[in-house]
Amino acid sequence: MTISAKAFKYGDDINTDYIISGKYKFKSADMEGMAVHAMEELDPHYYEKVKPEGGFLVAGTNFGMGSSREQAPLVLIHSNTKAVLAKTFARIFYRNAINTGLPVVECDTDLINDGDVLDLDLEGGVLKNVTQGTEIPFPPLPPVMAQLLADGGLVEHFKKHGGFAL
Amino acid sequence: MIPLPGKTIAEKIFSAHSGTDAHAGDIVVADVDFVMGQDGTSPLAIRALENMGVTEVFDPKKVAVVMDHSSPSPIEGVSALHTMMREFGKRTGAKVYDVGEGVCHQLIPEKGHVVPGDLMVGCDSHTCTYGALNVFSTGVGSTDGAAAMAAGKLWFKVPESVKVTYTGALQPGVYSKDLILHLAGELGADGATYEALEFHGPVIDDLSVEGRMTISNMAIELGAKAGLMKADAKTLAWFEGRGEKTPNPQDPDADAVYERELTFDASAIGPQVAKPHAVDNVSPIEEVEGTPIAEGVLGTCTNGRLEDFAIAASILKGRKVHPDVRFIVAPASRQILLDAIEAGYIQTLVEAGAALVTPGCGPCVGTHNGVPSNGENVISTANRNFKGRMGNSNSFIYLGSPATVAASVIEAKITDPRKYFEGGER
Ligand code: SF4
Repeated sequence: MTISAKAFKYGDDINTDYIISGKYKFKSADMEGMAVHAMEELDPHYYEKVKPEGGFLVAGTNFGMGSSREQAPLVLIHSNTKAVLAKTFARIFYRNAINTGLPVVECDTDLINDGDVLDLDLEGGVLKNVTQGTEIPFPPLPPVMAQLLADGGLVEHFKKHGGFAL
Repeated sequence: MIPLPGKTIAEKIFSAHSGTDAHAGDIVVADVDFVMGQDGTSPLAIRALENMGVTEVFDPKKVAVVMDHSSPSPIEGVSALHTMMREFGKRTGAKVYDVGEGVCHQLIPEKGHVVPGDLMVGCDSHTCTYGALNVFSTGVGSTDGAAAMAAGKLWFKVPESVKVTYTGALQPGVYSKDLILHLAGELGADGATYEALEFHGPVIDDLSVEGRMTISNMAIELGAKAGLMKADAKTLAWFEGRGEKTPNPQDPDADAVYERELTFDASAIGPQVAKPHAVDNVSPIEEVEGTPIAEGVLGTCTNGRLEDFAIAASILKGRKVHPDVRFIVAPASRQILLDAIEAGYIQTLVEAGAALVTPGCGPCVGTHNGVPSNGENVISTANRNFKGRMGNSNSFIYLGSPATVAASVIEAKITDPRKYFEGGER
């Protein structure tokens, strides 16, 4: 499946407090309500920009550093973020994204400008920068993670297999 | 036959828990000895369990939920989440630590839920704290936590290890907090991503168990999955009387293979301060001395232990917190509060002008207990100073040791604590 959307580009070291501030964490029953505040510390208009048509969040190194809050990938999913593309990811965020079903792609994001239109085919391993007419290579996901994403995250994997089937 | 290379602490613990000959880079499914969640993450884990259709935890003795981040509850939304956690405990038999018990990262080892050689996961990034106790402990998200609570196991990538050795000795007025802030400055916030840090050397050996926990607590600030240390006689003594489990210490082999080896002379490291808004934005204290502060914080899972209270009390004894400063003090657990009362530290700190709050996270994460005002600077013993971390994105957080915080609240500006120590006639 190919997802087509616009790139919204930010910098390095975007931590989970920027993705969703700790002060909203306790609204966790209402993920839609929290999503309005996604990325607010860095860009107060993120939600308005991405929600209507969806978008790719593009960043530099160490995306998602900081806390283990799973609300971070969840608010991105609920703000209609289709995938996060970064040069590198922080470990816990990466795991949480896979477990909650948010696609994450490690690639050279210098090849993407803010506003570029991208086509992402995760299973096929193809990322196209439509605006620039280029193709950006990325390494395939390790099999354990590919299977979890294919199952729709860890909860669905558990339901489907009645436990770990990795 | 080619002899197999030796193993790091991480490789040994993963081998023992996965029934495989685990080496760095392997993906293993391993049994966990304990699973923990706090009040910001447990509700999502409980919901994930429901979504999985799971009604029981794999072993009620090996699961705990802790109300520490927003506790006592400041708003009704949180009260409802706390209720959900209490009901989960009743339903499954999992241990519940309610309001006033303390921070999860103090309680889990203090109550003997983990012992050296264990593997555990917690739904909180600072779960790496127990690495100081020779436990491979790491933070995971709520869905991972739920899977571990249900199945008693989880998949892991066995990390490469970085060996960090401290030689020399700490100067008076310099603490383990200064060592780890210094390392954050050296390696950066992603300096050890996907890796385990393994700490060695005479300086680590000399530290108390509490001082070691401060270092492992901040391993995540360098992106590390764990911050591991050997269990020595001090570690084993610390665990005496803390429950029924038998420690099974895992020492690294002499020929263990490390991704990198770094050595620092601790004698050359002075007090360090992390400046806003990044933990790796670290300076020697000389460069920030004199910065005005409006709030001081002593506590959190990094530095809310008895030794930290002793250090702060020794500086504040017979002195006063500056009238322009709020000094908020949060013991890491009820037991630490009791011990600090008995030792007279609470008396000293409160007489000096401290505001004592409930054992728990204190104002660390901006949900209660002392949100700074616009434009204010805070000096804190916590582990994170991200923008907005304490609940106001227009405030500025500096991180330092308990001694640095105590010295700074007296003068309402960032102050080098060495002047309160022998030979420190600055
Ligand atoms: S004290 Fe701070 S860092 Fe530690 S668990 Fe609580 S909120 Fe997290």
